[in-house]
Amino acid sequence: MIEWLGWLLVFAGSAVFVAGSVGLWRLPDLYCRLHALTKADNLGLGLICSGLALLLASVVMALKLLLIWLLVLLTSAAVSQLIAHRALDKERS
Amino acid sequence: MIEEATMMTSFAITPFEHTLWLIFDATLALLVLALGWLVVSSRDLKRAVVLFIAFGLLLALIWARLAAPDLALAEAAIGAGLTGALLLTALRRRADTHDHPVTAGHGWPRPVRLLSALLTVLMVLVIGWALFIASPLQLPGPAQNPVYQQLIHSGVSNPVTAVLLNFRAWDTLLELAVLLSVATGILALGSEQRPHACAGPLLRLLLRALVPLLVLMAGYLLWVGAYAPGGAFQAGAVLAAAGILLHLGGRHPLASPSFIWLRLLLVTGVGLFLLVGLLPGKGFLVYPQAWAGTLILLIESAALISIATTLMLAYRGGDRGGC
Repeated sequence: MIEWLGWLLVFAGSAVFVAGSVGLWRLPDLYCRLHALTKADNLGLGLICSGLALLLASVVMALKLLLIWLLVLLTSAAVSQLIAHRALDKERS
Repeated sequence: MIEEATMMTSFAITPFEHTLWLIFDATLALLVLALGWLVVSSRDLKRAVVLFIAFGLLLALIWARLAAPDLALAEAAIGAGLTGALLLTALRRRADTHDHPVTAGHGWPRPVRLLSALLTVLMVLVIGWALFIASPLQLPGPAQNPVYQQLIHSGVSNPVTAVLLNFRAWDTLLELAVLLSVATGILALGSEQRPHACAGPLLRLLLRALVPLLVLMAGYLLWVGAYAPGGAFQAGAVLAAAGILLHLGGRHPLASPSFIWLRLLLVTGVGLFLLVGLLPGKGFLVYPQAWAGTLILLIESAALISIATTLMLAYRGGDRGGC
């Protein structure tokens, strides 16, 4: 039962990643693409990490996966802002 | 750590899961080939470098699928991460000194390009034939593998570390000497590249969060290399990443050490390795058995410092006050 839920979460996470990649492909602007990528990747990674935590059925691994997700949240949010700032500076100059 | 790794490889038992893994591996192989082609054939060099970083990441996945976690770690840290950073600074340095945009030139005439394409295809065919037809890969099991038989005497329980730092310590010493000569070349020829703009509050927050974590990761990788995937080279790459991040946030005394400290740090790896090798014993680089584990850790710590300093120097482009 828990295994099915785990697999479902992993597949949902992959679907969110695919949606983010479609956004990367089809959206017109750098800023729109950054927005889509960051949000989709954070949510997708969260779903995949929770699915893997359920599949591995170990508290230690679940904590490690949670830490990985938090680290990726922090860095991807900061880096997308940095990229957007730099692009804006380049546009203005 | 090793138990978890074997747990992950024992997932694929049912035929359904076997097919899934097959599809995964085939997709990975095709993606790597496609990315390789895109890297080589794209005109815009910045695009080529970014694709190269993705290529390195996929290569790390392939190493993980081949059950070589040490190589996967090294590929992700050094091949994808650090090499990508070095290529990006090289691009920026070229863009700063030239006026026209950075594109790959046409350069060679058409017959030369056709000939090189033909030779590449020929080489792929020959390697494929040698790998799969002439002498198919037969990896010896742990019982017959001499590395596993001698592992107890080596002082560590990770076979990769045992080979790198005990059985073939000479090769690793020479690798560190090559790194030292690279650092000497950079010091002689290069000039430091200042960070582009001063760090805003966002970058400073990122640095405050990431740099301590990276230092902790480097220490962990160094320690765990004795009995699980890890080791000095991977740890050195992670520590160098921390130094590069510090340098990106503005010149920091830890990231660009002073004249005498820089040279001391660069020389520590080879120097300590030589000292340990010259210890009185049965021969050069033959460790006394009781101390083997401790000596290996000592050598790895010194190597970590030198590798990280060399890679940081490579990213910076030279020492401050260079020509």
